[in-house]
Amino acid sequence: MSTPTAEIIARCQALFDDLNFSYAREWKAAVPGRIVVGYMPFYVPRELIHAAGGLALGVLGGGEQLEVIQGDAYYQSYICRIPRSTIELGVTNRLDFVDAMLFPSICDVIRNLSGMWKIMFPKVRSRYFDVPQNYRDDVGGTFYINELNELREMLAEASGREVTDAAIRASIGLYNENRALVREVYAFRARQPWKAPSSEVYLLMRAGMILAVEEHSRLLREYLAAAAAEDRPRRDNSRVVVTGAFCEQPPLNLIKSIELSGCYIVDDDFMLVNRWEQSDIAEDGDPVANLARAYLHNSANTSAKYEPDVAQKGLYLVEAVKRSRAEGVIFASPSFCDPALLERPMLQRVLAAHDIPFIAFKYAENSGQMQPIREQAGTFADSIKLWSNQ
Amino acid sequence: MTVTAAAEVVKDSSMLKQKEMISGNYRKLETAAADGRKVAATFVPGNLNELIMCFDMLNNLPEINAIQNGLRKKTGGYIMEAEKRGHSEDVCTYVKADLGMIAKGNIGPDGQKLPNPDLLLLSYTGCFTFMKWFELLRDHYRCETAMLHVPYQGDGKITANMIAYVVRQLKEEVIPKLERISGVKFDIDRLRENLARSARAEEDFVWVLESAKKKPSPIDAYFGGVYYIGPIFTAFRGTQDATEYYRLLRAEIAERIALGQGPVTPTGDMPNERYRLVVEGPPNWTSFRDFWKMFYEEGAVVVASTYTKVGGLYDQGFRHDPAKPLESLAEYCLGCYTNRNLPARIDLIEKYMEEYEADGILINSIKSCNSFSAGQLLVLREIERRTGKPGAFIESDLVDPRYFSPANIKNRLESYFQMVDQRRAGGGSAPARAA
Ligand code: SF4
Ligand code: SF4
Repeated sequence: MSTPTAEIIARCQALFDDLNFSYAREWKAAVPGRIVVGYMPFYVPRELIHAAGGLALGVLGGGEQLEVIQGDAYYQSYICRIPRSTIELGVTNRLDFVDAMLFPSICDVIRNLSGMWKIMFPKVRSRYFDVPQNYRDDVGGTFYINELNELREMLAEASGREVTDAAIRASIGLYNENRALVREVYAFRARQPWKAPSSEVYLLMRAGMILAVEEHSRLLREYLAAAAAEDRPRRDNSRVVVTGAFCEQPPLNLIKSIELSGCYIVDDDFMLVNRWEQSDIAEDGDPVANLARAYLHNSANTSAKYEPDVAQKGLYLVEAVKRSRAEGVIFASPSFCDPALLERPMLQRVLAAHDIPFIAFKYAENSGQMQPIREQAGTFADSIKLWSNQ
Repeated sequence: MTVTAAAEVVKDSSMLKQKEMISGNYRKLETAAADGRKVAATFVPGNLNELIMCFDMLNNLPEINAIQNGLRKKTGGYIMEAEKRGHSEDVCTYVKADLGMIAKGNIGPDGQKLPNPDLLLLSYTGCFTFMKWFELLRDHYRCETAMLHVPYQGDGKITANMIAYVVRQLKEEVIPKLERISGVKFDIDRLRENLARSARAEEDFVWVLESAKKKPSPIDAYFGGVYYIGPIFTAFRGTQDATEYYRLLRAEIAERIALGQGPVTPTGDMPNERYRLVVEGPPNWTSFRDFWKMFYEEGAVVVASTYTKVGGLYDQGFRHDPAKPLESLAEYCLGCYTNRNLPARIDLIEKYMEEYEADGILINSIKSCNSFSAGQLLVLREIERRTGKPGAFIESDLVDPRYFSPANIKNRLESYFQMVDQRRAGGGSAPARAA
């Protein structure tokens, strides 16, 4: 008989495996006038999509299941996997129900993909979504409010209905609730990682890329209750933070391999959009200005964001280690990923200065061979234990 | 990403002038501390040279150092040094060539020690890597950094919001920092004068680029073009020297046209123009001469290139404008080639194919540079589809000698030229004859 957590996770797994996005198709078909807006990693203001009566659909590549045939013809060998599998999803009509696509400001590959999308799928509204790298309210903030309003207009055109302030406020409320639950799941895992295996938490968060926010919040609540109630064996694993995987996703097997090799993942940056704002966005007043302020002053740190203060550079990772009481960091980055790989040496210097051990490897979303990673992570887990016992 | 002259291939007065300008700048950098001059390190695309000059600061460009070192075949060692120090083999080799050079004592291309910058002036235009590169440099130098975030033309146009944002950053962040570090007060009239000089040079520069519309073309707009863009893309835009350089260059090219001459090559004038090409993508620097030779030996002339637009699209009408100094700087930063979206890049190449009566498009896809390279296979398809002209795709790298395979590239080019011949035999543009 399956446990309640197993049932929840089985549902998430089914969503994860379904590269035809049946849930999103059905969601759209259920009520006339609904729109689906796809977005790539790492961040878009999903509140605006929701307020336009849309479903925000995270498009995170094709993973290990998708055979990329046509997508490879668009990219040289030295470019990461996610754009080619995303194109494969597009040209095989798996995204043919998507009304608009958003390409966040994360790197030049996704940036250029935004233009490719315009050419290849001219009927879809595509937008490169720029975010400010200047965090002053009167400089970057003003720019960002205008960008948000442009997006708001685009979404209103796509859905054929005005995106009102009241609707945005209501959406902010729903996403605040969702983010609070996401934070709770992460905190729960950091406290009792044996009760919330990372492969489960991962699938749960992936479900948040597909499900309507209300439904995802329900699922998170159910999982928290079910996982807390379930007894599971506690292992003598080392506690690690995984970083660098904020765009192209590792195969699920890789996450499982890290855990099987003796590491509990107690924090990660797999899907930053789920917990982008670190506390609630204000729900009263001008909702667009509130979104902007939250981005500028209260959002997660990652390589794609400029750090104006050299003294703060990389400390976000040290804080993640402390917060989750981790004993080491695994840099897991997609091959050829500029943001992750250029950031890595700076983060490693900061970790070294704080005596935090780390290892690094690269992956592709379709990597098949897990043995080397298992060995590397296993050796790392052992060395952490040895080191902490000395 | 960009360029300047280095190899002594031609000895026209413009070339001698440029050589002197470049070595003069390196000399100034070497003696900056002794002379009490402050140094700004900044990037080529979207650089604010006219503004930096208002503060009597010197301008050191990491990309140019990487290129100059590449031409001198020093970058292979630097890149390996950076990789030894933990930088991934997957990332841009300009960054690694620069960091490797610093790790090995920061000896500049001309053999003298480069000064530590007083300010890292990060113009974040057209390439994400720039931001990380400057964070890496800041990690090393621990000096002040001013960030100028230039939004991307996602919809292929510059909006009022983008201009206002860049101008606000200039006013609120960049200029105050430049004032503080240099101790010089900002004088907008001085900026206007610099911009007026830039605009004059830009006129002559565009005239030179457009001379390639003639048959035969008096210039090579890629291999020769990288020399021509040197002053205007780098530390000299807005100086009297640059204005003078382009005046000289224009006169020289006018003379070549009058004499019906083709482009200058490292072995003299190119006698016979057989193929007219448009090239997309930066060149390889470590084997620059060998690469060039593969073209001129076959009579292939590049009549237009996108690489010579990374530091501004002057041929599409942009001019620095003293009447609206800060807005004009903002428009300049926003308009650089790799800050345009892919559809706009494709439209531009298509336009070049027509206006310059090219026989085909060649893409030199650079392993290092996602900004240029991601999407180039679609660019190729689109251009072939729209123009009916053949295209070719080769792969190399900027300054990493490990990724330049001469035999492969030569083979690829030879079969490409055959393809152009065949296409011509079946109808198409005729080889050029002297006017
Ligand atoms: S994996 Fe890295 S390089 Fe590739 S698209 Fe994502 S952020 Fe860009
Ligand atoms: S990635 Fe390209 S544009 Fe960016 S610094 Fe490297 S070569 Fe220049």
